[in-house]
Amino acid sequence: MAEMRMRDALREALREEMLRDETIFLMGEDIGLYGGSYAVTKGLLEEFGEARVIDTPIAESGIVGAGIGAAMGGLHPMVELMTINFSFLALDQIVNSAAKLHHMSNGQIHVPMVIRMASGGGSQLAATHSHSLEGMYAHFPGLKVVCPSNAADAKGLLKRAFRDQNTVIFIEHTANYAIKGEVPDDPDFLIEFGVANILREGTDVTIVGYGGSVHQATRAAALLEEQEEISAEVIDLRTLQPLDMDTVIASVKKTNRCVIVEDAWRFGGFGGELASQVMERAFDWLDAPVARVACKDVPLPYNRNLEFAALPSEEDVVDAVLGMFKE
Amino acid sequence: MTTAGTRKKRSERTIDEYLLSEQQLEDMYYHMLLARRLNERMLALNRQGRAAFVIAGVGQEAAQVGAAMALKLGTDYLAPYYRDLGMNLVFGMTAREAMLNLLAKRDDPNSYGRQMPSHWGNTERRIVTQSSVVATQLLHATGIGLGAKMRKDPLVVLTCCGEGSTSRGDFHEALNFSAIHRLPVIFYVQNNGYAISMRNEKEMPVPNVADRARAYNMNSAMVDGMDAIAVYQTVRPAVDQARNGGGPFLIEAKCYRLWPHSSDDDDSRYRPKKELEEWTKKDPVSSFRTRVETDGIFPKADLDEIEERVAEEVREATQWALMQPDPEPEDALGYVYKEL
Repeated sequence: MAEMRMRDALREALREEMLRDETIFLMGEDIGLYGGSYAVTKGLLEEFGEARVIDTPIAESGIVGAGIGAAMGGLHPMVELMTINFSFLALDQIVNSAAKLHHMSNGQIHVPMVIRMASGGGSQLAATHSHSLEGMYAHFPGLKVVCPSNAADAKGLLKRAFRDQNTVIFIEHTANYAIKGEVPDDPDFLIEFGVANILREGTDVTIVGYGGSVHQATRAAALLEEQEEISAEVIDLRTLQPLDMDTVIASVKKTNRCVIVEDAWRFGGFGGELASQVMERAFDWLDAPVARVACKDVPLPYNRNLEFAALPSEEDVVDAVLGMFKE
Repeated sequence: MTTAGTRKKRSERTIDEYLLSEQQLEDMYYHMLLARRLNERMLALNRQGRAAFVIAGVGQEAAQVGAAMALKLGTDYLAPYYRDLGMNLVFGMTAREAMLNLLAKRDDPNSYGRQMPSHWGNTERRIVTQSSVVATQLLHATGIGLGAKMRKDPLVVLTCCGEGSTSRGDFHEALNFSAIHRLPVIFYVQNNGYAISMRNEKEMPVPNVADRARAYNMNSAMVDGMDAIAVYQTVRPAVDQARNGGGPFLIEAKCYRLWPHSSDDDDSRYRPKKELEEWTKKDPVSSFRTRVETDGIFPKADLDEIEERVAEEVREATQWALMQPDPEPEDALGYVYKEL
């Protein structure tokens, strides 16, 4: 075990996987000489050389499309799209090709590829730099969607992504990069997809989050305990596709209340899917309607006051929980 | 090749003015004709209500067969587009398989009826399937080329599109990336004059697609796509050069779409009748026959025999394919994820 930031844990995962499997190579904008916009790939060009760490032109569709071809030809590319906001430019290649070629070819082709991208608001990067699109990617059959909330998970899940034979959308919340944690150094440390993590046990309410919103959930749980003597269970989904709903349902049946927290817009958001599944599977156990805490339905503004008014906070989570205990 | 049996054995010796042997010339004619007759039968099936959708390469047979014959079967990759029936036939697709694909039958080796017809794909033959979004396969070809270069595998990828696709970003991103890394990719553009209803002058400010290669410091060539022999003679050296590390090539074959865009299109709304008549006179299949007959390569009787053989093959394939089973409804959910 060693203490490190999430960005360093991600780098460790890439390094170990590249040493293990020589079909893995990295491709993206500014990932080589510059070391990546979030410093995840720092030092990898020096260690693995230009053939396996490729700086690309600014051409997101091109990078993903070439990655798909390389995967078809037997390699296992890791494509970095700098941020999820730019993934719109590659959306056709991701959705119409990477996600579908296996099905459309009746299993002849598969596209083993990891597409990494940073997501989330809170850094004053405004409307076109602050998207949270995890749920959008989870909507497309054929993709797997991973969103780690801490350093150890980031390493175990990224390593696991390279053991998959499908395209994995690996989404890193920018607020998580600098968070430190204990990370196993065992090269076989993997975290299985579709296994949620109970970060905190509780008996009165279940708070579900993923990626960045897990931290609002855990801070809210601490506040609820100190100030209200409410015991909250916090679940980190870790992966949205596949989705570990069993863990959520078991928890809701114990606590009888459920709050869903996400950084994405509320309208049509992934939280609606979660709420629907809770309703379908645990309706008789609920003591209150499922509550959702999400981003306001507005393009994220630049000014700090405006941005924080739009993003979900731990106070919003606390309010949502308290609302369930009122008569 | 696909036409073994009672056929005459042809000479494998190269004829100087053709740079092809008698055997190759017969194969060339056979594949062009088979593509044409299959497409004709496919449209008939559509009009009979037996096939929901047909998209064809009529008028482009020379451009397709001549180029595909320049590749090494079993080694080189093909990332085709939806008009490339002729290419697929050269790469080993049979008339029966083409009909299974049209009818979306269970045993269609391309996709089990999951894709629209003419979205060819067969990994054993190194043909990669594609999205209906045009030009996307050019990037897949680029990636296959990148992998080949990384592994020092001496293969070439030939990828096709129409001139309409050259307006898309994926076309430019693929050329740019391939040229930067000098990848063994042939970008083969079949300029058939129309992007559905749009004529060349509404699509691009340069007279030729090939002119665009200059922006990427890429080799390029233009060829009469109605002449299969000229096409072969143009594509073959480009393939050899790409295989030997010379980098990518942009080749524009000037041809003509003799049919509407698809079985759902009415081209009388946008195509001048006179223009169609002029191009019909340059029909690539009949022009080829006239040339080899006039030059005395094959006697009339031999060419008639090929015609009859192809007609019978198409008839038999159609009857057989119509009798084949459809996919089972319980298989609708298959192959969404690759199992570990």
